Amino acid sequence: MTAGSPKTVLLFAFVTVLFIGTGFMQSWNTALTIFNMGLISAIMALGVNMQWGYAGLFNVGVMGFVALGGLAAVLVSMPPVGEAWAAGGAKVLAGLALGAATIIGAILVWQKMPPGRLRGLAVPAVLVAGFFIFRAVFDQGVDAVESIDPALTGYLGGLGLPIVLAWPVGGLLAAGAAWIIGKTALGLRSDYLAIATLGIAEIIISVMKNEDWLGRGVKNVTALPRPVPYEVELQASDWFLSLTGQFGVNPVTTSSILVKLSYAGLFILVLLVLIWLSEKALNSPWGRMMRAIRDNEVSASAMGKNVKARHLQIFILGSAVCGLAGAMMTTLDGQLVPSSYQPLRFTFLVWVMVIVGGSGNNWGAVLGGFLIWWLWIQVEPIGLLLMQVITSGMVEDNGLRIHLLESAAYMRLLTMGLILLLVLRFSPRGLIPER
Amino acid sequence: MDFLNAIVALANFVIIPATAYGAQLALGALGVTLIYGILRFSNFAHGDTMAFGAMVTILVTWALQGAGVSLGPLPTALLALPAGIVATGLLVIGTDRVVYRFYRAHKAKPVIYVIASLGVMFIMNGVVRFIIGVDDQRFADGERFIISARTFRNLTGLDEGLALRTSQGLTIVIAIIAVMLLFWFLNRTRTGKSMRAFSDNEDLALLSGINPERVVLYTWLIVAALATTAGVLYGLDKSFKPFTYFQLLLPIFASAIVGGLGNPLGAILGGFVIAFSEISITYAFRKVVGYLLPEAWEPDGLLQLLSTDYKFAVSFGILLIVLLFRPTGIMKGKSI
Repeated sequence: MTAGSPKTVLLFAFVTVLFIGTGFMQSWNTALTIFNMGLISAIMALGVNMQWGYAGLFNVGVMGFVALGGLAAVLVSMPPVGEAWAAGGAKVLAGLALGAATIIGAILVWQKMPPGRLRGLAVPAVLVAGFFIFRAVFDQGVDAVESIDPALTGYLGGLGLPIVLAWPVGGLLAAGAAWIIGKTALGLRSDYLAIATLGIAEIIISVMKNEDWLGRGVKNVTALPRPVPYEVELQASDWFLSLTGQFGVNPVTTSSILVKLSYAGLFILVLLVLIWLSEKALNSPWGRMMRAIRDNEVSASAMGKNVKARHLQIFILGSAVCGLAGAMMTTLDGQLVPSSYQPLRFTFLVWVMVIVGGSGNNWGAVLGGFLIWWLWIQVEPIGLLLMQVITSGMVEDNGLRIHLLESAAYMRLLTMGLILLLVLRFSPRGLIPER
Repeated sequence: MDFLNAIVALANFVIIPATAYGAQLALGALGVTLIYGILRFSNFAHGDTMAFGAMVTILVTWALQGAGVSLGPLPTALLALPAGIVATGLLVIGTDRVVYRFYRAHKAKPVIYVIASLGVMFIMNGVVRFIIGVDDQRFADGERFIISARTFRNLTGLDEGLALRTSQGLTIVIAIIAVMLLFWFLNRTRTGKSMRAFSDNEDLALLSGINPERVVLYTWLIVAALATTAGVLYGLDKSFKPFTYFQLLLPIFASAIVGGLGNPLGAILGGFVIAFSEISITYAFRKVVGYLLPEAWEPDGLLQLLSTDYKFAVSFGILLIVLLFRPTGIMKGKSI
């Protein structure tokens, strides 16, 4: 099955119809909002597909990498908080350096000393002593930074650079995290790796929720700079008003649609580049080697392929793509809300996209991203409609009726699970199977 | 006197809560470990199985409370627990019939089961939220304390009070009974022995005429009972909220893995290792140290290693350290 096969074209046409239908039935604004997140979902799905579809790595820590990308958006684009840097910036940095030095020191001690009881005591001693020195320096810095106008800042801020730069930086940040995780956890077998990545995602989220000096924690960073113009600016500009006047359309609605279209343009560009690269990679000798390793690790290893190094490589690549998507998503939202990162949405839903779309096939992952994201949003109104039909025979204040209507929102979890199970059972290779 | 105060403070804030939490984790981890040992996959739906069992128990509890039935000083939920277990048993067996049996028959790779369990997790999560909503539900009634802090202070004359809540006492007692029943079953009954044989060596067990479907059926029933009990005890001790139960997956998996996947004794050990490290690493030791040191040396800080929000990070940190040094857990679990 190639990218241009009739079934693939039909499926993509079907998804296009869904979005266009949304535009006609609800509004073009809604359709574009879903479409933009669909683009980001497709990129996340591409990342997971690299790890699972190419290499068979079971990563359920997608959320952690996405969140790191979001953090990158803040670190790159927000203006630096000068007072905070003056008050405690140096101490925070010194503390972090001490923490890193402790870990490196412990690893060196472990490697240099001969195995034995002495080493068993020396390593924890280095770690414990290092931890307390780190905390002593670091905590002072953090207190100083967080006390600078906590209602507005209370953090170090970012570099004040254009936010589009945050996208590759988000990818790099996620890649760095993936390197550390891969080094420690890739030796584990699949189930253990899954749980290790699940845990690391939780750690990344709890760090982002609690380290206020870094990204304001649960106080959230809002009003991130935009790569596209603001609606009010458009509405105030002459060329825009004359244009809407010519076509006789409402300038307010049109400005919001134009902003969304600009985002969509940027995202489509990124998606196209990624798809092109992924397709090239998958169809290269490298891609064939990856699939060979996935299908039979032992014989690939016997053929002289370095399985562990290849796994690390693809794990880093896939995670970087997720980080990139995370940075793009935060750009689109215009704010970083650490508490909104929930595994059901940012990890498991992406998995549903990959499995339903077709693991091992980049076009499948993209299709899954759009289709599942559309469903995730639309199941709620559809569920509500369904409940209204079911309960239409009941009286207004019937307890069951009220409960059913209120609970319609939870239909989406149920539906996603059902779709995943049905596809896994009856079309285990997904809607667009691997070639 | 101060030394005693320090011990009481430690018992009150660390030892008792950690023991109760450890028992809840151990019951959860036993379920995960049994599934892993016999069906050979990590069941991601386990947290939501616990939530489902607890939810049915809560609904029955409310019905009983509405009918005026109570257990006096004990929580009514204990009366409702068997109903919860039966409902959860039916649910998991139904799930096995509809979902997992197909993959068993087709000898699918373990990771396919795990992905299927993600689907089951979504569905159970949705069902629970659909029926009971996402909010906190409290269903504990009866006597709140076995010993309250005030009674303890009056009794002993110490400055520091020790409170033992009914839910904590019950958790420990019920967990001991459940574990004893489980080990009796696994070691003494015919079915239990065939379950262990199946877990040790599937081919040999099949060769000696053990019916695999029967083993699987009993495993799910036991898992349902353990999961419901763990879920209800956790709910009585803290509160019931579907999302919290989903989040429990991480410490439960950590317990099962730290102890050694597939090893029931390991699951219990792992549960307590995780619970004690979680609570003691995030507890502020200032009070305890304050009693022990002379006044002049009293510490300024809270003496807290990590903020309480990092408790999931602690479970995972312990997990990673154990795996780095003992890749199959403390008690040598299996790796497939």
